Amino acid sequence: MIVWSGVDLSIARGEFVALLGPNGAGKTTLVQAMLGEIPLQRGTLEVLGRAPGGSRGNIGYLPQRHDSDGHARLRGIDLVRLGLEGARWGVPLPVPRRLWGDRRRAAEARVAEVIELVGAGDLVARPLSELSGGERQRVLIAQALAPEPSLLVLDEPLDSLDLPSQALIAALVQRICREAGVTVVLVAHDVNPLLGYLDRVVYLAGGSALSGRPEQVITGPDLSRLYGVPIEVLRASDGRLVVVGAPDAPSVHSPRHGHAHP
Amino acid sequence: MSPGQGLGSAGPQVILDPFQFAFMIHALEAATAVSILAGVVGWLTVLRREIFAGHTLSVMAFPGAAGATLAGVPVAWGYLAACTAAALVLGPGTHAARRGFRDQTALVGTVQAVGLSLGLVALSVNGSVQQDLEPLLFGSIVGISAGRALSLAVLTVVLLALLATVGRPLLLTSVDPALARSRGLPVGLLSGGFLVILGVAVAAASQVTGALLVFALLIMPAGCARQLTSRPGPGLGLSVGLGLTFSWVGLELAYYTDYPLGFYVSSLGLSSYVTLRLLARRRGARASGATAPGEAR
Repeated sequence: MIVWSGVDLSIARGEFVALLGPNGAGKTTLVQAMLGEIPLQRGTLEVLGRAPGGSRGNIGYLPQRHDSDGHARLRGIDLVRLGLEGARWGVPLPVPRRLWGDRRRAAEARVAEVIELVGAGDLVARPLSELSGGERQRVLIAQALAPEPSLLVLDEPLDSLDLPSQALIAALVQRICREAGVTVVLVAHDVNPLLGYLDRVVYLAGGSALSGRPEQVITGPDLSRLYGVPIEVLRASDGRLVVVGAPDAPSVHSPRHGHAHP
Repeated sequence: MSPGQGLGSAGPQVILDPFQFAFMIHALEAATAVSILAGVVGWLTVLRREIFAGHTLSVMAFPGAAGATLAGVPVAWGYLAACTAAALVLGPGTHAARRGFRDQTALVGTVQAVGLSLGLVALSVNGSVQQDLEPLLFGSIVGISAGRALSLAVLTVVLLALLATVGRPLLLTSVDPALARSRGLPVGLLSGGFLVILGVAVAAASQVTGALLVFALLIMPAGCARQLTSRPGPGLGLSVGLGLTFSWVGLELAYYTDYPLGFYVSSLGLSSYVTLRLLARRRGARASGATAPGEAR
């Protein structure tokens, strides 16, 4: 099945990039291709200078969430530990701290460091199920960051968060991008909460893509053409761009309707 | 014992008395091995929400026993073979269901129905399941030989070593398969492999509790442990500790009263579970009373 074609883009190291588009446009498909989980039918894709899947240990990944996720039953700190060492075989021995080897001490130090970085110090002692949506994402971003990745891929981290939490997470991700020098690809279907923080946007819609700096790409005519519905880009009183229209059109493959249609 | 006898001297005697019989020692050994195995495997089963799969594996006792009688091999072997076969069918299926359309319970139910129907066919070919159906279903502490206790102990050690080897990746796969896959872990193999381990653990636990009461050792201690902590290490420890307590106390009670061990293990499990739920609710009520009403969590 052709999800998109003719997509040609590159992301520089250290950039904060949003991957945008309506539901069903192939955002998660592109993420899976980057992770090496599904092959491209045609064309090439290079991640951190290697074929997809070749640099797994160097990618921090925050999967899209589902209600049935089992991780809600674990404490934040245990999840961050799993983020760091979950792929290592064996189990840590239940021995007192003073008997720990260097490797385990280093791992615990890294876990503490990354929790500090996202400001989740007072959240991680509780199971994820007891946290609010924004608090959960904070902990899960720490989990993705734990192995010190060069590339952070966040799949819909703002989904189903309230507006203040969306802004907090967007600001947090930008800070991580700058402070830790991590390249960030953040998948979202609404650009507004992210607009002040991004270096670059990539729009996937209608089977193709549009990429560039936000102020270049985010214009009414371009977005209207891409989504196939009228979209306006306004400037708020503080100078920020606001996208108004139907950015969450149900499907780009369905016959397009004018805005006069009920 | 007369009612007037002092408990101080009678206590240890009462506890030790049953173990002058070899069959009680074998029962103790078997119950200990099985409780440890079921405590660990059960905790993971609860975490992975595969209790229904565990139930389906436990009713494989019927086709296993019927098939074993037909083939002329010991019933325990038939059970083990049926559990393993069902787990091998469930493994790839539930994995695919998790990844795609998420209807794994329908698949598990289908396997259960097919398994039971195969048992029925074997039974009608045979005429009967013969002698040992009752201990198979309800467990019996008198029937455990030294050899069986030893093989249960060996099985426990082998499976625990296997689980320890895959420990962290299995935990990550259990709580977040998508993340585990992105790290290059063999998610399908780990999930399918766990179901086979679950199948073997169910068959082992049924040797003590009977096939119908496997959950008394597999799920109840794990359920109680989950009420107390969400931390993996202490949770596993508590699950094992509670399972051992239930089966040791149950063994004493079963010896003195002639009611089946499975009944006591599940009664102890139920009373612990209810107590812990009530305590958790009180704790929750106190915690929410401390915060202002309407305060966001």
